[in-house]
Amino acid sequence: MVNRVMETNKFKIQAKDIHAYYGTHHVIKGIDMDIKPNSVTAFIGPSGCGKSTFLRLINRMNDYIEGFTKTGDILLDDKNIYASNVQVEQLRKEVGMVFQKPNPFPKSIFENVTYGLKIQGITNKSDLEETAERSLRQAALWEEVKDDLKKSALALSGGQQQRLCIARTLAVEPSVILMDEPASALDPISTAKIEELIFELKEKYTIIIVTHNMQQASRVSDRTAFFYMGELIEYGKTKQIFLNPKKEKTENYISGRFG
Amino acid sequence: MNPIEVEIEKINDAVLEMIELVKAQLSRSRDSFMNSDEELAHQIIHTETRVNSLELTIDKYCENTIARFSPVATDLRFVVSMLKINSDLERIGDYAESIADYVLNINHKLEKTLMDNVRTDEMFNLAIEMLELIADAYATDNSKKMKKLFAKDKVLNQINKEKSQVIAEYVLANPSTIHDCLYLHSTIKKLERVGDHAKNIAENYIFYSDAKVLKHKK
Ligand SMILES: Nc1ncnc2c1ncn2[C@@H]1O[C@H](COP(=O)(O)OP(=O)(O)OP(=O)(O)O)[C@@H](O)[C@H]1O
Ligand SMILES: [Mg+2]
Repeated sequence: MVNRVMETNKFKIQAKDIHAYYGTHHVIKGIDMDIKPNSVTAFIGPSGCGKSTFLRLINRMNDYIEGFTKTGDILLDDKNIYASNVQVEQLRKEVGMVFQKPNPFPKSIFENVTYGLKIQGITNKSDLEETAERSLRQAALWEEVKDDLKKSALALSGGQQQRLCIARTLAVEPSVILMDEPASALDPISTAKIEELIFELKEKYTIIIVTHNMQQASRVSDRTAFFYMGELIEYGKTKQIFLNPKKEKTENYISGRFG
Repeated sequence: MNPIEVEIEKINDAVLEMIELVKAQLSRSRDSFMNSDEELAHQIIHTETRVNSLELTIDKYCENTIARFSPVATDLRFVVSMLKINSDLERIGDYAESIADYVLNINHKLEKTLMDNVRTDEMFNLAIEMLELIADAYATDNSKKMKKLFAKDKVLNQINKEKSQVIAEYVLANPSTIHDCLYLHSTIKKLERVGDHAKNIAENYIFYSDAKVLKHKK
């Protein structure tokens, strides 16, 4: 018998010459980027440079925005996510997203975590319970809420709410998690928890995090991408970017000497 | 000026002062050793406390910059390399003091032919030239000059390697000088170590400086 070795994808995500526009406003100007699986990539750059727009291209969240257009392709596991046969709901399951402000539904903790599953039509109580526990454990929230899953999610602290939103994302078993400034509204302890979590999650997931906190980018990511006015100025190993950036713009930005 | 630039400037000035101070100590240790000048030896030992306190000051400035400004990129490379350069300079200062101490312990002036055969003066001069190169390269922010120092270190190593044979032969012929000859032996050894530290300084400076130079060429 032939011993088959599983072919592992070299890249989880590939962006190919992406341009994006809000109406006539050209906001992403020809970006190419390859992202390896099981890695953490940080997107940094000044406000308005296009980080969120680029991030949202990866799970087609911009599709909703009126006037938004793009050219170029994004491949997920070598498949074009903008191909006509792609089901956007399926894509969003595969590519989860966590936002800047925790946005739990005004429902119980349990209902929040299992929301995605219910939408998929899963109603079996023990399946739901199992997933809830697994996801809450992965999001490092289980110990804090396990005795009170019926409690309203809104009664949790901001940091707990953010971990709940991460658990909700994990529950549908994505392979990619996009995080847009997930810790910007949190205190240092909650931030540390989220960062620890990101570190643990990368074993199973590919993570992209947008952050304005340079130390956070350098702590959590393997690679860092510096955006400026819609262009990808520099993209490389995080250590290289923070110790020895190749471009003067990157150096000026990360060392706070911009403008 | 950006607040971190104020801190970087403070470190820069203090390291410059440290280089000059250590260079002066080493040069005085040569004069003291070659001329058996005990008065000068005492001055060197006295000045060593200034070297130590300046080392602490530079450490403090670097720690402060790291703690308060989380330096990155050129700033980070600068602070990291200055911390290392600082400790190398302090060690060179130590060696100058040790040599001064030997001067006070030597009983009889060492014979000139022995000193010449061991290439003592040449050894001192090379070590001092290395520090002069460091001072010049540092003050003018020119890492090319730093690179000249590596060839000098090779000569120091060579002289150091040959010293034992020369001194041993001399001691066999003049057994009563053994006490003083051991100090000469140790002095050459210390100067060889000065070369090693000077080489570290050059390497660390290049680590800080070269990436910057390359980048600014673009
Ligand atoms: N919904 C929208 N409609 C029109 N223009 C938009 C929209 N969203 C963003 N833009 C514009 O696109 C550009 C990129 O915005 P984007 O939100 O991607 O930047 P960002 O890097 O995420 O900034 P920040 O760090 O402030 O979040 C900006 O000029 C912004 O004004
Ligand atoms: Mg944004």
